[in-house]
Amino acid sequence: MARHAPVSHAIAVSSPRRRPPIPQTGILVWLKANLFNNAHNTLLTLLAAWALFVTIPDALRWMVLDAVWITDDAKSCRAAAGACWAVIAEKHRVMLFGTFPYDEHWRGVLVIAIVVGMAVVSAFRRFWSYWLFLGWLGAVIVVLVLQLGGIFGLAETGTHEWGGLPLTLIMFVGTVVGGLPVAVFLALGRRSQLPVIKALCVGTIEIIRGVPLITVLFMASLMFPLFVPEELTIDKVLRAQIGMILFFGAYAAEIIRGGLQAIPRGQYEAADAAGLGYWQTTGRIILPQAMRIVIPALMNDIIRAFKNTTFVSIIGLFDVLGATSAALQDPLWVLYAPEAYMFIFVLYFCFCFSMSKYSERVERDLATGRNY
Amino acid sequence: MDSANSNDRAGAPMADNYDEIVQFRGVNKWFGDFHVLRDINMVVGRGEKVVVCGPSGSGKSTMIRCINRLEEHQEGTIVVDGTELTDDARKIESVRRRVGMVFQNFNLFPHLSVMANLTMAPVYVHGIPEQEAEKQAMELLERVKIPEQAWKYPGQLSGGQQQRVAIARALMLQPKVMLFDEPTSALDPEMINEVLDVMVELAEAGMTMIVVTHEMGFARKVADLMVFMDAGEIVEASPPDQFFERPENDRTRLFLSQILTH
Amino acid sequence: MRPRLTLDGLWHNLGFRGLLYQAVVIVLVIGTAAYMVGNAQEAMQKRGIATGFGFLDAEAAFAIGESLIDFRPSDTFLRAYVVAVLNTLKVSALSVVGATVLGGLIGVARLSSNWLIARFASLYIEVFRNTPQLVQIIFWYTLVTLLPHPRQALSLHDWAFLSNRGLVLAWPVAHGAYVWAAFAAVAACVAAYGIARWVDHRRRRTGQAIPVFWLNAGLVAGLPVVAWLIGGAPNEFDVPKLQGFNIVGGVTMSPEFLALLLGLSLYIAAFIAEIVRSGIQSVSRGQIEAAKAVGLGRVDLYLKVILPQALRVIVPPATAQYVSLTKNSSLGVAIGYPELFSVNNTIVTLSGHTIECIGIMMAVYLSIAFSIAAVMNVYNKAVQIKER
Repeated sequence: MARHAPVSHAIAVSSPRRRPPIPQTGILVWLKANLFNNAHNTLLTLLAAWALFVTIPDALRWMVLDAVWITDDAKSCRAAAGACWAVIAEKHRVMLFGTFPYDEHWRGVLVIAIVVGMAVVSAFRRFWSYWLFLGWLGAVIVVLVLQLGGIFGLAETGTHEWGGLPLTLIMFVGTVVGGLPVAVFLALGRRSQLPVIKALCVGTIEIIRGVPLITVLFMASLMFPLFVPEELTIDKVLRAQIGMILFFGAYAAEIIRGGLQAIPRGQYEAADAAGLGYWQTTGRIILPQAMRIVIPALMNDIIRAFKNTTFVSIIGLFDVLGATSAALQDPLWVLYAPEAYMFIFVLYFCFCFSMSKYSERVERDLATGRNY
Repeated sequence: MDSANSNDRAGAPMADNYDEIVQFRGVNKWFGDFHVLRDINMVVGRGEKVVVCGPSGSGKSTMIRCINRLEEHQEGTIVVDGTELTDDARKIESVRRRVGMVFQNFNLFPHLSVMANLTMAPVYVHGIPEQEAEKQAMELLERVKIPEQAWKYPGQLSGGQQQRVAIARALMLQPKVMLFDEPTSALDPEMINEVLDVMVELAEAGMTMIVVTHEMGFARKVADLMVFMDAGEIVEASPPDQFFERPENDRTRLFLSQILTH
Repeated sequence: MRPRLTLDGLWHNLGFRGLLYQAVVIVLVIGTAAYMVGNAQEAMQKRGIATGFGFLDAEAAFAIGESLIDFRPSDTFLRAYVVAVLNTLKVSALSVVGATVLGGLIGVARLSSNWLIARFASLYIEVFRNTPQLVQIIFWYTLVTLLPHPRQALSLHDWAFLSNRGLVLAWPVAHGAYVWAAFAAVAACVAAYGIARWVDHRRRRTGQAIPVFWLNAGLVAGLPVVAWLIGGAPNEFDVPKLQGFNIVGGVTMSPEFLALLLGLSLYIAAFIAEIVRSGIQSVSRGQIEAAKAVGLGRVDLYLKVILPQALRVIVPPATAQYVSLTKNSSLGVAIGYPELFSVNNTIVTLSGHTIECIGIMMAVYLSIAFSIAAVMNVYNKAVQIKER
């Protein structure tokens, strides 16, 4: 290409690194960039600040300054202008333990500690091993012993006396632990080549997913006695648990199915070529990979399962919500129901929020390629 | 170098420097406290091709993104086709209409057909009737050699085809300057040449081009000026013969040795 | 030599094994079902209840707290079901609207460049997502029941009264002009859409843009007013008044309805907000840069690049949330709102036809879920981004 001497040129200069002339960091810069960076943002900031100004002092006064914290006489709450947190002090035993015998509440506390402790330990990957699995088995046995009593000198307590946070936690763990295998089988069945099994699984999944949880629970707990001979009775808590397991299983099955679909055909082909049968392929090769993929989506379902334990209050079990509602039937304290509900609101929030943060961390780790 | 004195009038259009279509004078940029562009002084002549190369993190992408204000500079002046780049939105808009950009990741609109991708800007920004824009689009598609893909969707095209559509999209506005930010880095090897061929044809037709790339064969063929950047500053800038045969700076030599052994 | 048919050979034949498994499963399922149905029939016979849907014509003999159509205890069970389904649809539809509007606003606010607004939105989302819906519904119901007695109701002049009997609003007295106005509103929306499309078409054809935003806004706001004027401009209002211990007149939203509406909308809004946020963020930065580099204005950028792509990502999970909302209207049973589930329970208790009633109820919920899913599938197919 014929060229004249090009006009383009550049000067190679080596200057030292220095700080920006107008500071790019610092609190004033941050304020300007985040709160006041243009006309309508400035307006919004001012509106928001005004709203905070108007509501926060009153809210604080109600919640803290004028509030009554401890009293056993409901009348002093009436006299006060602020919140009556005393209702929590007064009723917290019932709210947290339901109708469990008062003297045995220490067993409930142990149950809570064991379940929460095992969950926290399971959150760290470093502890994942056969020992952890055995640990969970042991925890389940200990929890059942504590809740049922009757041996080791513990007073016997039937499942109809279970309640409060131990019941919520037991139902939650039971739902997830029981529901995951159900979900796996439904997902595999839906992908099966055998038309009868596939049709059954599709039907089950779609019907359970198409109806509200409350109908599944009602069917499990109230209709079930109809379908079995009158002599055979199944424990109410167990019936509710089965209903929750089926519901969770149907939803989780769809998520797992998505994971199974994401496994490339090549994996199946390689396993076939190596001579592995259906169950071996599925169990050793396909499922481990699929589960890893769907863990973030499953976490959402798991958190939802925790929130769904509240539904059992509708069929007459005294989980935290049911026990609280029952406790508030007391005419002396019924006026302060909002405070009591706020308390369990915060309780549920703590559990769900921590699980939600954990699941975000899991998602981040998976995205950055750390093996799970 | 002879235009140095008249460029010091800040804000005044450089009418007497018609030949210089892009001018960087003492440009500095910071990301937070990190000094990412240090004292960039560069002039690009009308109709000429400047190839910018350098290791990753050297600031070369940041520099050419300053030309159409996708990045803002904090110090110094940048003048494009007589208009200085400041915070004035109308000036920025006016510059963007005269500068076309091709991205490493093509950035086509996947929900629109190839034709709609091409006609979006002329119709909605310049108010050109759609029929005229479509005619012009077909001409450009023929120029980049994929007229038969006009009604397909980007997801149905290969990477090389998508990038050629992206080039055609940038050309629709008849820009005075074309910026290329590593146009072939995201392509499979067998598709690199079809894109480079289009760029060579563009160069031979007289377009002003500023290209950030590692494709040294292309650079040798087409460039009027090679600019080597490292750690935010211009280390060496010279015509290709001198740049490849007699690099002056050690860092340039090191970079060339790493890149040319392939 | 012909291959011998052996038991061993059959077992190892994959095709045969598959058939065998299926046969076993069928036998098990049918056997279990027969066992269960047999038990149920025995139980029903013991109570002297016949099977079949004939009971639907029987007299209901119970009252329903609120209803969109007239219902008296002497009406049939069938009519009771209709009332219940209408109640369910009413609370679900209004909650869907509320959740969408609120969720959309919060989702966009979450992406605001204003730190305060973004934090508010984030706080809302985290608080309402991480607490059980039932707790929220019961909490709102508790608040409503703690409101003052109608004699000391909170009021806004004479048009709105809030008390523990619910929210009473002044409502215009029924008149034909309002029907015309409603039709006019719908017609105006359709016309506005048509005008926008025609203007866009003209812009593409000739390059000239005609600004019609204010015209369209005026049309949608003004045409109903014109229709109302033509219809006779009725301005009679049914104003609620305190009569004795209660507030009479106007239109009432019961405490149960209010609590359920709040509990459903506010909860689902948090999920919609997250869906909207991730939908908008799904549009890659590179495309926005390419649009800017080519000079596309902000309005066109949002309408033609961001919105179409964001909607494709938003619609499927949003419809799943709507289906979930409709099903969770069944939580009304916990606070006494007469929606399908709670009315169904009453009917089961009164008529004894447990299985038929549960069947009806499940059929209704399933059809709602399937219809919403079918509509969404049609939408998805229509807007699918074509790939190789």
